[in-house]
Amino acid sequence: MPSIPAKPPRLTGEALCAGYDSRRVLDGVDLTVAEGKLTILLGPNGSGKSTLLKTLARTLTPSAGRVYLDGQDIHRRNTREVAQRLGILPQGPTAPEGLTVRQLVGMGRFPHQRLWQQDAERDARAIREAMAHADVTEFAERSVDALSGGQRQRCWIAMVLAQETDLILLDEPTTFLDLKVQVDLLELLSRLAHEHGRTLLVVLHDLNLAAAYADTLVMMRDGAILRQGAPRDVFTAANLKAVFDLDANVIRDPHSRRLVCVPTPGVHAAATSSPAIKGVAP
Amino acid sequence: MTHSASLKQQGDGTVDTRATRYPGIAALLVLVLLASMGLSLSLGSFPTPFGRVLDALVEPRASDIAFIIWELRLPRILLAVLVGAALAVAGAILQGIVRNPLASPDVIGITSGAALAAVAFMASFGAGLSLHWLPASALLGALLSALLVFLLAWQRGIAPSRMVLVGIGLSAAMGAVTTLLIVVSDDAAAMTAYVWLTGSLYAAQWQDVLGMLPWLLVALPLCLTRARHMDAMALGDHVALGLGVNILRSRLLLMACSVALAGAAVAFAGGLSFVGLIAPHIAARLVGRGFARLVPAAALVGALIVLYADLLGRVAFLPEDLPAGIFVSGVGAPFFVYLLYRSRDVARG
Repeated sequence: MPSIPAKPPRLTGEALCAGYDSRRVLDGVDLTVAEGKLTILLGPNGSGKSTLLKTLARTLTPSAGRVYLDGQDIHRRNTREVAQRLGILPQGPTAPEGLTVRQLVGMGRFPHQRLWQQDAERDARAIREAMAHADVTEFAERSVDALSGGQRQRCWIAMVLAQETDLILLDEPTTFLDLKVQVDLLELLSRLAHEHGRTLLVVLHDLNLAAAYADTLVMMRDGAILRQGAPRDVFTAANLKAVFDLDANVIRDPHSRRLVCVPTPGVHAAATSSPAIKGVAP
Repeated sequence: MTHSASLKQQGDGTVDTRATRYPGIAALLVLVLLASMGLSLSLGSFPTPFGRVLDALVEPRASDIAFIIWELRLPRILLAVLVGAALAVAGAILQGIVRNPLASPDVIGITSGAALAAVAFMASFGAGLSLHWLPASALLGALLSALLVFLLAWQRGIAPSRMVLVGIGLSAAMGAVTTLLIVVSDDAAAMTAYVWLTGSLYAAQWQDVLGMLPWLLVALPLCLTRARHMDAMALGDHVALGLGVNILRSRLLLMACSVALAGAAVAFAGGLSFVGLIAPHIAARLVGRGFARLVPAAALVGALIVLYADLLGRVAFLPEDLPAGIFVSGVGAPFFVYLLYRSRDVARG
């Protein structure tokens, strides 16, 4: 049988250990990010999901282990070249006062610009497309700090999109936003993966939204990955208990066919456990 | 940095026009600066009508006021412009790196280091002896103190907020030593030192202009090559890292520019450094965001401030020739407070 030449995965972490000062947060984590999919990192506070994201994005240097981008050690590569392939949006970024949306989105072009060579046309097109994707074109000339939280977050995502990277890493992009705005954002991220072939790795807090939109869920606890797989396989009451120490019932919404967890602290497990998944007719 | 009027407009959905009107504002500032230099050139203790000033500029040999224009006023005016521009750009760089609008060359200890070295020089060699070497010693003091602040603030990279704290502490300590030196030195040396500390362009010579110029010619273009990096770093370290900015290298280069500019300015004109705080703010109000636009605008505004401060000192209290530093602080400080007062409502809204 002819063997297919092995193509290295786009982004892989191997035996990653990382932390802050003396506190170790990641403890030998391995993760390969699936190409063209929306992967969501879940875990309780302090589980190391943001640390893992930062380490994979090379904004945090691991104390042990390696991150490979297209088969090469990410920390040994020119940071600007990495930025041409991998974009990251950190948690809760703030724009300086008076910066306009167009200026912010334009900063996404940084890794593609050199002092002596700039492709103004390509930059303009990338900025235009990014703003259209994130639906911020109508505010282009407004200043970012004058917008609502949801609009602002879309501007930051537009900045990362203008970077035109196949890999996009987002750290809690939906925190502090209204549910409707969160849903809109996840719709956008899901389209980016499924219609535009981008590879997304996103840290999220909301379990139900994660289950509804992720192709792959990665569940972390105490600096290690406990469960990993498609939501239908890993989004179970038992796993939520193991990862989050959460008593919850997982049911399938008959209309959307999506999995939903309902917290049930104090409710007797016996009464609610077994009918959880099979209880709803197709 | 707030931009009260435009922010209010943007709140209503109006377009930010500062980006489009930048070339106009820059051209206007250049014209105002040239006109002000002409004005300053024709004003002084000896009355010189503008027509005769022009004659003296074009044909010095045929003019009886050539000495006044060429040897007394012109070098002083040029030095004022260069020093003002240098301090303003040094401040703009620091405010950008520290991401704090209150940063300025005094805050991170550049000024006090230069002052200490200069006063130590004057105290040990007396007021009369070879002031020729004063700029060199002041510059050395500025560089050494900046280096010291840098080393003390180093924490696996440059921690800007730490740098401010260390700078304030070191400034206070060096200020104490400076005062001690003035108190124990004789009256003449103490007087010279005091005028120097206030900041003065009195008796500026061509050699001062030529000593100041290279610093600007090197540092100004150099810091502009990092303008995009600076804009990216304004979004925060994590975002800048993600965009592929080499933060450490950019900060080191920009800091070096700032220290060189401020150090040279203080060396040739003394403690005028308040310009470094207010000029970038005024410039930002005029031209808005973007380091590549801010730097030229700040340079022009800084040049204007020092030029007028020196002009006031020269002509407003004749026959006294007062140090420009008095007017930079005396006029600049209330104006600065006024700016902050005006932006109050916006900051809250």
